This record gives sequence, structure tokens and C-alpha cells, in this order.
Amino acid sequence: MRIGVFVCHCGTNIAATVDVVSVAKRALGLKDVVHAEDIMYTCAEPGQAAIRKAIEDKKLDRVVVAACSPHMHEMTFRRCVDNGGLNPYLFEMANIREHCSWIHTDIPVATEKAWDLVKMAVAKARRLEPLWSNEVEVNKDVLVIGGGVAGIQAALDLADAGLKVTIVERETTIGGVMAKLDKTFPTIDCSACILTPRMVDCAQHENIDVMAYCEVDRVSGYVGNFTVDVRKKAAMVDWTKCVGCEICVQKCPAKAPDTFNVGLEPTKAIYIPFPQAVPKRAAIQVEHCRWFTQGKCRVCEKVCPADAVDYEQKEETVQKRFGAIVVATGLEVFPWEEYYHEYGSGKIKDVISGLQYERMLSASGPYGGHVHRLSNGEGPKTVVFIQCVGSRDDSVGRPYCSSVCCMYTAKQALLTKDHCGMDTEVYVFYIDIRATGKGYEEFVKRVQTEFGVKYVRGRVSKLYEEEGKVMVRGFDTLLGEQVEIAADLVVLASGIMAANGAKELAQKLSVSYDEFGFFKEGHPKLRPVETNTAGVFLAGACQAPKDIPATVAQASATASKVIGLLANDKLKTSPMIAIVGQKDCVSCWKCIDVCPFGAPERQEVRPGELKSHVIETVCQGCGVCVATCPVNCISLKGFSTDAVLDQIEEALLS
Amino acid sequence: MAEETQTSQAGAQAAGAAPSAAPGDSPTVGTAASGGPRPVKIIGIVCNWCSYAGADTAGVGRFRQPANIRLVRVPCTGRVDPLFALKAFEKGADGVLISGCHPGDCHYSEGNYYARRKFELLERMIHHLGIPKERFQWTWVSASEGQRWQQVVTDFVAGVEKLGPRKGRAL
Repeated sequence: MRIGVFVCHCGTNIAATVDVVSVAKRALGLKDVVHAEDIMYTCAEPGQAAIRKAIEDKKLDRVVVAACSPHMHEMTFRRCVDNGGLNPYLFEMANIREHCSWIHTDIPVATEKAWDLVKMAVAKARRLEPLWSNEVEVNKDVLVIGGGVAGIQAALDLADAGLKVTIVERETTIGGVMAKLDKTFPTIDCSACILTPRMVDCAQHENIDVMAYCEVDRVSGYVGNFTVDVRKKAAMVDWTKCVGCEICVQKCPAKAPDTFNVGLEPTKAIYIPFPQAVPKRAAIQVEHCRWFTQGKCRVCEKVCPADAVDYEQKEETVQKRFGAIVVATGLEVFPWEEYYHEYGSGKIKDVISGLQYERMLSASGPYGGHVHRLSNGEGPKTVVFIQCVGSRDDSVGRPYCSSVCCMYTAKQALLTKDHCGMDTEVYVFYIDIRATGKGYEEFVKRVQTEFGVKYVRGRVSKLYEEEGKVMVRGFDTLLGEQVEIAADLVVLASGIMAANGAKELAQKLSVSYDEFGFFKEGHPKLRPVETNTAGVFLAGACQAPKDIPATVAQASATASKVIGLLANDKLKTSPMIAIVGQKDCVSCWKCIDVCPFGAPERQEVRPGELKSHVIETVCQGCGVCVATCPVNCISLKGFSTDAVLDQIEEALLS
Repeated sequence: MAEETQTSQAGAQAAGAAPSAAPGDSPTVGTAASGGPRPVKIIGIVCNWCSYAGADTAGVGRFRQPANIRLVRVPCTGRVDPLFALKAFEKGADGVLISGCHPGDCHYSEGNYYARRKFELLERMIHHLGIPKERFQWTWVSASEGQRWQQVVTDFVAGVEKLGPRKGRAL
């Protein structure tokens, strides 16, 4: 066996803490190691060239690179080794950066640990065997989960590239949060004018199937071949007949909370969220419907000219197959009422959230764009905006910046002056102004100077009602004094959270998420729209709070990644999978019991004699069967028991 | 299985002798820099998708940790054979830490559930072998929990250091 060891300096990332030269020298003394060198940047072209050259000159049959995490560059080096003429699976990495130089400061200690990690990698390399990938057919249909602007953009890009796309949206219409917005910053474009034509495009595109009022129940399979159970919720209206005339909505006697208008005014038990809804179809909220709660009424059924109302409608689940999945589940607004008791917990009528204010400003909202006090209907003379409500606030468990509130507050401040007159007093309480996008800073400056919105740097400690006003007590940290403003209307810039159910969806998809429920990208810089689950991609605020331009850009980036993936007719599968030594198999079928993918099967090796056999293209290489097999006859290629034990032993040898 | 039975018997015998470990028993791993007790050496077995990546996240965030752990990467905690931990103790490890994805978050859907059942039994078995429970831990650390990884490692190493290096071999 001829092993080559390459120890990376990574500039000073590793070399500042680990004596890489001495580690490389010592490696030469290891059994089977015939070549060892330290390289400044192993992943760069000169580094890769050195590996290829050593493979050729020294006739290497195993390569060990001690550098960064395999999550960073394992694929890079596998390709390099492959180009050098060696099987790419005869390669092993020692992580001496993330797991060593970056977490230790003492040079001798870090060097000793790096040396151990190199020894362990060499020990594992001795156990490696050449592996070859299989190929599987690829299903070219794409599932987009979530029909907000991210999902819409991704779906349209994918559909334009000729792929069949299914959008699954849990509400009765696509459009997401953007559909609720009145205007968009920094251009003051009408939000609906941008979005609704795109929604119509989705509905009319021959390659897009919009499945509204549906949920993703179950996901199985793997990249190129996902099987997804989609549950169609019961709208109690036959959507093949409903024409969206809204007569039922007008005649319905039962009131119900209006989530689309963020609870400002009630809607009806049978409802269509907004006039431009796509699909424009009615649905009954059964918990508020008189027929379902009291057993009488059936008014909608009587007035419906299309005979579409169907009180007997049941949920149904359809199974669909996809090659790739785009997750675009978006965001939820922080429920400030539950956390900010100093702001009245939602009990003060004239204290509303930013999204409620959008609905108030919107011409298609419940008030036709008339800005007024909810307490008495009068136009406000003094409006106060408070930023960072549910953002950058450890006390409510939201340490992160929601990234859009500074800008939407500036926009709403401007629109307040526009709607209520330039003589309206407008104040904004802020911590910092984050206006980093194109034209954003200029926009905020314009709001401050041209529109005369007064920015007060400081937090508001209390909101309370006094003589028909909302008293805003805060602290101006620039002047160093307490301020108190008698406001008519207070708008809270409530922050962004991951959508409800994001965590559960992440678990169905087997993708990682952070403590706040935002999905984790493959790598922040190298794989920003992929997840660590092959074939599952991200778009929009489900990954982190972001504004519309960033969301749309990410959605298009995601689409291009999916198009790249599905440009292949066949996909290579990982060869690091389980294999059964059938000679020793006792046919206990425990492997079949534990496998989450159904990879092991009963194979007739001789007439009447059944042994376990792992279907190569189905096995995902988790190894649970390997650890379960009572006779140890299953091996996991690339992670054999011997390889693991050798690493452990090597780590403990001094 | 036969192998495990043998090792556990040997372990039980050695465990009986453990309190009065032979004075000449030299440490099997590591060397102390300045004559003090040698640093403890711990084997960490981590799944590729959550805890290995969580340790990466800790590295990227420069969350400092004690340097006593050597990580072995496996695809999933479901792949962890209890033998791995026993072998580590046999070869002289002062502690074994196993970490995977949180329940519900397994990259392969349910590998960590199978792992959990094994670890619960393994935990008890190791105790019966005469190895204090502080020397064995299994836990969950996700890919985004760099700080949690730092905490888990720091706490576990501190616990093992309190006991000091293992004198003699229990297995």
C-alpha cells in the first residue's frame, strides 16, 4: 500500500496554531506512507496539482489530505484524486481546521491533536476500497412548497425552462406575505401590481400546477426520485365548479377572523382572501360556519349560482413523484402581543403591527386605504413607529435582525405623510438603521429630510392610554433624556419568524434547521440555496429573514440549481452503501425491519433459499442495518467496522 | 455477540480489581508535558449530518474547546455499534462521547431512534463493567448548534478530568 499525506497550511488558518511542517514530516514515519508534504493552499490549483503529481510520481494508491472539514472540500479533493487517475473513494480527509486549529490556541497541544487526526485518517485510508457509483433515472418534475413570491419566482423560472412544476400552498390562494403588502421599498411600487400578474402567470402556465389549500404530509425517496403525499384540505366548496363570484361571501351571515387582513376586521365564514386571489375560489372555515356549528343555515349553498358548495367534502391525499423539491415556506410575523406586555399586549386599540398597518394602507384592504385610529375612526395627527419589536431582543428570544423592518418602517412613515398629510407628526424609535440594499440609505435619508419624519434613537419602555391618546414613553439616547409623545396611532415593526410548521416540514424533508426554525443551507457561501439533503433546495425567508429583492434573487438562484440538477437524465448515486455478505446471512430480516428506505430485500440465492440483499440504488448509506445485523454480515462501504475501530485504536495509541 | 460477551466477562473481572489498580500500570495514551497527570483522551463518535457539522460550526465560530477529544465520523448514530464504545474503553479511552441529530431530525429519518435504544442499554452495561457513568455520554447536537457543541465538549471533558485518567484497563 502506498499512501500520500498532504497537510494544508490554509494560509495561517491552520499553520498559525498547528506546526504543519512537523506533522507532515512525522507522517512520513507512518506505516504505508510513502509521501508526505505540507502545502500552502491544498485546495487551490497548485495544491491539487501537487496531489496529482504525487499520485503519478510516487504511484500512490491512497491519498490523505489534512485540511478543513470534509463538508467543505471532500468533493473537491475526490475530484482531484479522480483526475489524478485514482479511484475517488481512495481518499480520506483529516479535519485539522474546524476541529483543531480554529478551536485551540496552544500550538503544541493543537499540533499533537492534528497529528492524531492525521494518524486516524491514515488508519482509515488503509481500509478504503475503490468504489463505483451507480446511476438512477431522474424524475424531472419539481415540487415547490409555498406559493409566496419566492415559490412563485422559482416555479416560473423552472416552468420556463420546460420543467413541470407543482406549487403546494396551504392557504386558499398563492401570494404569501407579499400579497398583503401595500407598497414595496425603496421604490414605493405597488406590491400587488408586481405580484398579482406573476400569480396569474403561475395559474396560466402550462407547466405549473397550483395546488392551493393543500399540505405536504409525507416525503420519502431521495434526489431524483421523491414520493410526496399531498393532502388536499376540504374547502367544502367544489373548486371545479366555483367561479369566485363572491355571492356566497356577501350573503354568508357568519363572521370569522380574517387572517389575510391580520385580524383588523372580521371576514365571513365562507371567504375568498382578497380580490386578486389565485385561484379565486371560496372556502368555508368550518369552525365558524353556522351549518357546521349549529346545524342550520346553508345560505351559501342556496345562493351559489354554480352549485359548488359541498358540505360533505372530505380531505383527500394524493401521491406524487418529483425529482427535486424547492422549499419556499416563507415567514410568520412575530406575535408581539404575547411578549411585549409593556406595549399593552394588543389591548390598546391604536397600537398595531406593521403588517396590520400595511392592510390599513392598502386600497384593497378592509378600510380601502383610509388611515385612521381604530379606537374612534379619526385620522391620526401624530403617528409613532417603534422598530425592533421581536428582533434584536434577547429578552423575547429573538436575538437576530429581521432585516426588513428598518426599511418597511421608513416606507410606512413616508406613506403616512402621503395619506394623512405632510403636517402629520411622524416619529420613528430605532436602535440602528440598517439600510444596506441598493438605494436603501438614500431612501431613509429622503424620508428624514424631504418628508420630515423624526427619527429618535432609543427604545420605548412603555405604551399606555391617557385621555384618548397612546402615551409613548421612551429614551432618546442621543440627547440623553427621556421623551414622552402623545400619539394617535402606534405602529410596531414586528419582526420575522420562520413559518408555523417549518420545523415539522424540515423533519419530513430531513433537512437541518436552526433554533428559530429557519432552514439551514448547505454552506453559507458555497451552497447557499442547497440543503444537506440532496435534491432539496431553499428559497426566500424560510432560510433567513430577507426582503423581496433578496428573496426573488435567491428563488431564481434555486431554480437554476434545480435546472442544473435535472439537466441530467441519470444521476450518480453515492457508492458508500451497505452490502450483505450473503454467505453469513441467517435470514433473520432484522435489516429489513430497521431500514427507513426499504433497501434490503429477500433474494432467492438458490431455489428455496432466501438471503438479504441491499438494492444499491435505494440504499442511502446510513448504516443502521450494519449496526443491527446480529451476525455482522452487512458492511457499510466507506465506513466499515474495521475502519472505525482502526481510527479509534490509532487515536488512543501514543 | 460472542465477542461482546467475552469482553464483558473480562470487563467484570477487571472491574472488580479496579479500585486497587496496579501501581505500575502505566498510562496507555498521551504524555503529560510537565510531569503532571497525562491529559485525558476521549473518543467522540459523531454523525456526519448533525454533530460533525455542529463541531464544524463551532470551529467556524471559534468556540474554544479542550483539546482532549478525537472525533470519528460515521454517517448516522444508527450506524454506531456499541462495540465502538467498548473497544475505545478497551484501548484505553478515558471517556467516550457519542452525538447525533436531535430526535425527529435524523437525516435518515429514524437512525437516531435505533441508536438511542442501544445507547440506553450501553450506558447501563458500561456502568456494570466498572466504568463510572461520567466517562460515557450520548447526546444530540444539531448542525447549527456550534455553541452547544462547545458546551457539551467542555462539560464532558471537565467531568472526565475530575475522575482523571483511567488507571489500568477495565476491559
